[in-house]
Amino acid sequence: MTTEFTVGLRAPEASVGTATAMKAVFVRDLKTAFRQPQDLLNPLLFFVMVVTLFPLGVSPEVSFLQQAGSGILWVAALLSVLLSLDHLYRHDFDDGTLEQLVLQPQPLFLLVLAKSLAHWVLTGLPLVLLAPVLGVMVHLEGNSVAVLCLTLLIGTPVLSLIGSIGAALTLGLRSAGVLLSLLIIPLYIPVLIFGTGTVMAASEGASVEGQLALMGAFLVLALTLAPFASAAALRISLSNS
Amino acid sequence: MSEPLLQAVNLECERDDRVLFRDLSFSILPGTLIRVEGPNGSGKTTLLRILAGLNDSYSGDLLWRGKNRHGYREEFLRNMLYLGHRPGIKPLLTPMENLRALMDGRRSLPDRILWQALEGTGLGGFQTVPCRNLSAGQQRRVALARLLIADEPLWILDEVFTAIDIQGVGALERLLVERVENGGAIVVTTHHDLQLPSMQRLTLGGGDGYDY
Repeated sequence: MTTEFTVGLRAPEASVGTATAMKAVFVRDLKTAFRQPQDLLNPLLFFVMVVTLFPLGVSPEVSFLQQAGSGILWVAALLSVLLSLDHLYRHDFDDGTLEQLVLQPQPLFLLVLAKSLAHWVLTGLPLVLLAPVLGVMVHLEGNSVAVLCLTLLIGTPVLSLIGSIGAALTLGLRSAGVLLSLLIIPLYIPVLIFGTGTVMAASEGASVEGQLALMGAFLVLALTLAPFASAAALRISLSNS
Repeated sequence: MSEPLLQAVNLECERDDRVLFRDLSFSILPGTLIRVEGPNGSGKTTLLRILAGLNDSYSGDLLWRGKNRHGYREEFLRNMLYLGHRPGIKPLLTPMENLRALMDGRRSLPDRILWQALEGTGLGGFQTVPCRNLSAGQQRRVALARLLIADEPLWILDEVFTAIDIQGVGALERLLVERVENGGAIVVTTHHDLQLPSMQRLTLGGGDGYDY
C-alpha cells in the first residue's frame, strides 16, 4: 500500500450534499438489484401466479371475477411486496453497508427514504405496470382497470414505506419473517380496504375522487412519517447487534 | 497539548447482565494511536461501536471536541471514519462501484483518485471485477482503500488487519504511523502484534480489571 494519495487532514467542509448522498444510495440499490435479477423477478412472479390461480381454483365465471378481481389483485400485490421486504435491509446489514449508511453525516431518514424509494421502483412499480394485463384477465372493465392502476400507483409506495419500518425493526432477529408479517399486515389493512373499495366504486359507476384523495393522504402520511420511524428502528437494531 | 478530539467520561457498558467496563475515562488526542486490548469477549468491539456512535446502550458521556456529542452528530460523523468487522462491501458490485458508493456520501472525488487508491491497496487490475470473485483479503482491501483517500481526523478501526497478507500488514502499519505523525487520531483493535512508536494501550480486562 502506498500512501501518496493520502489527502491529509482537513477542516470539516460542506463536502457532499444530501441530494447527492441520497442519489448514491438509490443508484447503489438499483445496481445491486439488477446484478441479481432473480430476486427482482420473485415478487413479480408471485403476483402473476396468485392472480392466475384464482380463476382456476375458485371460479372462472365472468361475474365472479368482475366482483372479486380488484380484491385478488390488491391482495396479491400486498403479499408480494411483503415477500420482498425482508431483503430491504438484510443484505446491507450482513455486509456492513448499513453501518456505513448510519454513519453518513446526512440525516438518516432521508437516506432511508432513498432506500424505500428504490425498493418501490424495484417491486411496487413493476406490479403497477403488470396490473393492467392482469386486470383485463380478470374481466375488469375499461375504467376499473385505470382506477385499479391508479390505486396501486398510490398504494404501493405506502406499502414500501410502512414495510421499511417493519424490516428495520426485525433486522436483529434471525428469523424475522413471521414477526415482520404480523407487525406489518395490520398497518397494510387500511390501504387494502381503500384500494379495493375505490376500484369497486369505480366499477359501480360511483365517483372515486374522495377515496383517491384519501389514499393520497395515506401516501403523504407515510412519506413524511415512515422514514423517521425506519431510521429510529435501524439505529435500535444496529445498537443491539 | 492539543485539544482532544473525543473524550470518554465514566463510560459504562453492560451486556447480557455482565459489566464489560465501568468508569472508563480516556481522551483521544490528535496525533495518537490507541490500541484497545483484551481477550475475546472483553468488549473491544462494543467499545469501538460506542465510540463510533453505532451503539447507544452505555452510560457516561462522550465529548466531541469538548462538547457533548449528541448535539453535534453531523460534525462528528464528518470527522470520523469507522471500519468494522463487516467491511461494507457489496459482493455484487465491483471495487470501483463499492468505493464510489462509500465515498459519495462523504466527498466527491474523481474516478481517477478512486482508481489510484485501489491500485494503492494492491487491487490494480481488479477494479472492475465483481467483489464476490475476489478473496476475503482482497475484499478487505477494497474497504482499506478508503483509508488512502480519507481526510477524517479520527479513525476507528476494528480488527483492521484481518485477512491481510504480510506485505499488506506492513504497508498498513506504515500508513497508520504516517497518519499519526500527520496529526490523525486512530483507535484500533487487533490481535495482530502491533508495535508502533507512540502507541497507547487501553486494556479491557474481561470485567475484572482495566487500566489506562
